[in-house]
Amino acid sequence: MLIRVLLFGAYREWAGAGELGLDVPEGITVADLTETLRARIHGLDRLPARPVVAVNRAYSDSAKVLLEDDEVALLPPVAGG
Amino acid sequence: MLLTITRDRIDPHALLDAVQRDEHGAALLFLGNVRNHNDGRSVIAVRYEAYAEMAEAVLREIAREAIRLPAEGAGGTPRDGAHAPTVAVVHRVGELAVGEASIGIAVAAPHRDEAYRVSRYIIEEVKRRLPVWKQERYQGGLESWLPGAVPSAGGNSG
Repeated sequence: MLIRVLLFGAYREWAGAGELGLDVPEGITVADLTETLRARIHGLDRLPARPVVAVNRAYSDSAKVLLEDDEVALLPPVAGG
Repeated sequence: MLLTITRDRIDPHALLDAVQRDEHGAALLFLGNVRNHNDGRSVIAVRYEAYAEMAEAVLREIAREAIRLPAEGAGGTPRDGAHAPTVAVVHRVGELAVGEASIGIAVAAPHRDEAYRVSRYIIEEVKRRLPVWKQERYQGGLESWLPGAVPSAGGNSG
């Protein structure tokens, strides 16, 4: 199934792209997906083991199972204000 | 409620106008401005990046929580209806020069205590969980992403 992955801040620079389309197995969790990104995407091997992830624009925990067409975002530590 | 991420300059008057009600005797404006120094380095510009769609959702969540903070002197229960505090928050993205505002928070409430508490709650929660990133540019051409806060899943444990 196809997952859309958004990258921000330093993570976007490491990957050299703000958005990736990824074909992943059904039933994949957030933790599995971050492992896949670390292994498959050049530059993202620097990701922390448990980066902050948002699924469909809400903070998510690493055990969440992803569904087709989910919007997944990898978020570096936030520094707004 | 005015709760947005914008590339435009922040207009403090528009923020204050957005919160003013006849029931409210206190109005507060907080501006976060770009400083010319950080950690001993000379900052010449700052770039903010946001996950805008999510950031606006998080701003709505923070604002909802803030206006429901128990009002001291009102029996400890949140005010409602016309007496509930009103808030407006704008966070800017893109390239900002020293002295420009990156965030503006306006709060109005019947009394000052509430206005101060609501304003303080909003800026602290923004720092804790708004999906926005900041890159500083220094004298000499170097750039760096600022270390930040790690939001927890669910986002609103505070």
